[in-house]
Amino acid sequence: MGQTSYSNSGHHIYSVLVENKFGVLTRIAALFARRGFNIYSLAVSPTEDENFSRMTIVVNADGTPLEQVVKQLHKLIPVIKITEIGNGEGIERELILVTIEADANNRGMVTELAAIFEGSIVDVGHDSLTLMMTGTPDQVDAFEDLVRPHGVVAIQRTGRIALPKLVREAPTKLRSVKAS
Amino acid sequence: MKITGAQALVKSLEMQDVDVVFGYPGGAILPVYDPIIDSPIRHILVRHEQGAGHMAEGYAHATGKPGVAIVTSGPGATNIVTPLADAMMDSIPMIVITGQVPLAVIGTDAFQECDTVGITMGVTKHNWLVTDAQDIPKIVKQAFHIATTGRPGPVLIDLPKDVANTEMEWEWPEDISLPGYKPTTNGHPKQIKEAAKLIANSTRPVIYAGGGILKARAAEALKEFAQLTGAPVVTTLMARGAFPDEHEQCLGMPGMHGNYTAITSMQESDLLITLGARFDDRVTGKKDGFAPNAKVIHVDVDPAELGKVRNPDVPIVGDARLIIEKLIGATKKVFEKEGKPDLSKWWDQLNAWRKEFPLKYDKTDDTLLKPEYCIEQIRDASPKDTILVAGVGTHQMFASQYWKFNYPYTWVNSGGLGTMGFCIPAAIGAKVAKPESMVWGIDGDGCFQMTAQELVTAAIEKIPVKIAILNNSYLGMVRQWQELFYEERYSEVHLSETIPDFVKWSEAMGCAAFRVDKVEDVIPTIEKANSINDRPVVVDFRIDPAEKVFPMVPVGRTNSQIELGPMFDK
Repeated sequence: MGQTSYSNSGHHIYSVLVENKFGVLTRIAALFARRGFNIYSLAVSPTEDENFSRMTIVVNADGTPLEQVVKQLHKLIPVIKITEIGNGEGIERELILVTIEADANNRGMVTELAAIFEGSIVDVGHDSLTLMMTGTPDQVDAFEDLVRPHGVVAIQRTGRIALPKLVREAPTKLRSVKAS
Repeated sequence: MKITGAQALVKSLEMQDVDVVFGYPGGAILPVYDPIIDSPIRHILVRHEQGAGHMAEGYAHATGKPGVAIVTSGPGATNIVTPLADAMMDSIPMIVITGQVPLAVIGTDAFQECDTVGITMGVTKHNWLVTDAQDIPKIVKQAFHIATTGRPGPVLIDLPKDVANTEMEWEWPEDISLPGYKPTTNGHPKQIKEAAKLIANSTRPVIYAGGGILKARAAEALKEFAQLTGAPVVTTLMARGAFPDEHEQCLGMPGMHGNYTAITSMQESDLLITLGARFDDRVTGKKDGFAPNAKVIHVDVDPAELGKVRNPDVPIVGDARLIIEKLIGATKKVFEKEGKPDLSKWWDQLNAWRKEFPLKYDKTDDTLLKPEYCIEQIRDASPKDTILVAGVGTHQMFASQYWKFNYPYTWVNSGGLGTMGFCIPAAIGAKVAKPESMVWGIDGDGCFQMTAQELVTAAIEKIPVKIAILNNSYLGMVRQWQELFYEERYSEVHLSETIPDFVKWSEAMGCAAFRVDKVEDVIPTIEKANSINDRPVVVDFRIDPAEKVFPMVPVGRTNSQIELGPMFDK
């Protein structure tokens, strides 16, 4: 996983709004599996409305067959809306937890790395530390690459979460009066 | 009013105007079988759960209404997986209700437990595990809505025994609340105009009519549209009867075993007007070489079909009937403005092919019974609106080729999945749905042995279907492939000339049964069969085992390379 970076061109990101019910994840995962696509990362949580959940699915695949999968996804009854977030079209974040071997010799370097990436130390052992860091997937990749040489005990990344970027229209006049 | 979940289920089926269910009881579904006693719904007790599923399909094929099957958990559920897959492939509306072990023991390997919802996820349009008895009416209403709208298909409701026994407050829901399910039916007006323009500029159009015509109840609209455009119509295996074979514009069935003119018309066409068809591999042959010069209008209610196999020039998502009606209006307008294209050269060509390459079989040796001959005789001796049902194999292809389908919903077969054993139970389902119609099943000796036990159901329930076994003692279709592509090395395709004795077996199951091995006995026996109306009839036609289905487009070849068979060898 460390070698493959998110900027890899084969990755597609889908933001999928679904009904918040049991079994929905299985239906979606099964659709990808049936066609031999590997889900690269997946994040699911309820939305502002508890009847719905939003999934951010990152899939590693190229071209047309994926279009067919998306059409099939639409056919699943609990799937309400699918938005493909193209390159640069979304706000994307990811969180990483990583436990690093850090004894007296390198502890300073490791804490410094965490500070540079605005990460934090969330657990401390005699000769290891657990760090947390959030950022864009590229930043998380970079952080992971840099802490790795210190000796990784365990890594867990959340997988990407994403929302489409807001469309910002330049105001043609000052909106002093709000539409009622 | 407080009733149990099981009572709510049966009451919900009544609310959906269900008049008949096909089923088989068992432990986990016991609570549901109790209120069935008091319900006006007719229950038909099958002999195997697969039979219940195919009967429900046959019922749906013949009426367009969803067929309903009720079975128990575990083996009951797994036995109905094949009918679900069959209905999924052929877009047949079907509701299957399965019993499940109590919620409290799900996941403990309880007696007759299996993960029904997991197993059937890929072969249903949607399925439910009911966890609260209060949800039952809503789920049933959703199930019928999903099964019958958009692209129809099978759905399954898995009902745990304790949920069925729980009391709930009966209330029939007003709405269905399916935020993720809103099939597009109307079609985009701009696309419809574009389609009309292509039609007005085509001199070699073909209307490629698929099973969607029947699902959308669009046969009348199709006829009007065909007559307006003057274009030839091919009817796929799933669309036989959607446009009358006797109509002069009907070219019949295209595809692997279609007739020369239907196949070639598509190959040479400049515009395929595709209505509720899905470019199945059995229709297209080798994809790259299929209809190479044709533009494509593709109308389908399922957006996932558009561009799945062939990229359409004009894709239209919508209900076939609504779209055809709109196309009629739009095309009329364009014709008025730009004139109607001259198709006379195209028809000269089509008629020349029809004359030169008709469906043909060898009638010279009158000691051998030909399957085609048997089908023709049944056809000519039976009412024109007879419902014809088939199993899967050579007999199915002969049936589709040699019958004359002139009414919609008179052809019932397993197209996409190719389910052997489909014929007998599906015929029973069709006859239950249309008791006034004559129902003939054309079956093979291989297929017959897969589901014959349902003739017991038919005899006891007084469902007088007629089954013709085209008995060549072989798995004919596989044999044909081994003859043509495996140097006549016949591997495991020979059944037996003597065992079983189909006549004795059928009689033991309560049917009238006859054996025919001479040409002169064919017509009198069919007449005898047609005169029997108090029980099922089986006719064992001992046919020529060497007879193969032609024309044939072998796998891997394009539709320009049709094998016409020995009748055309010079």
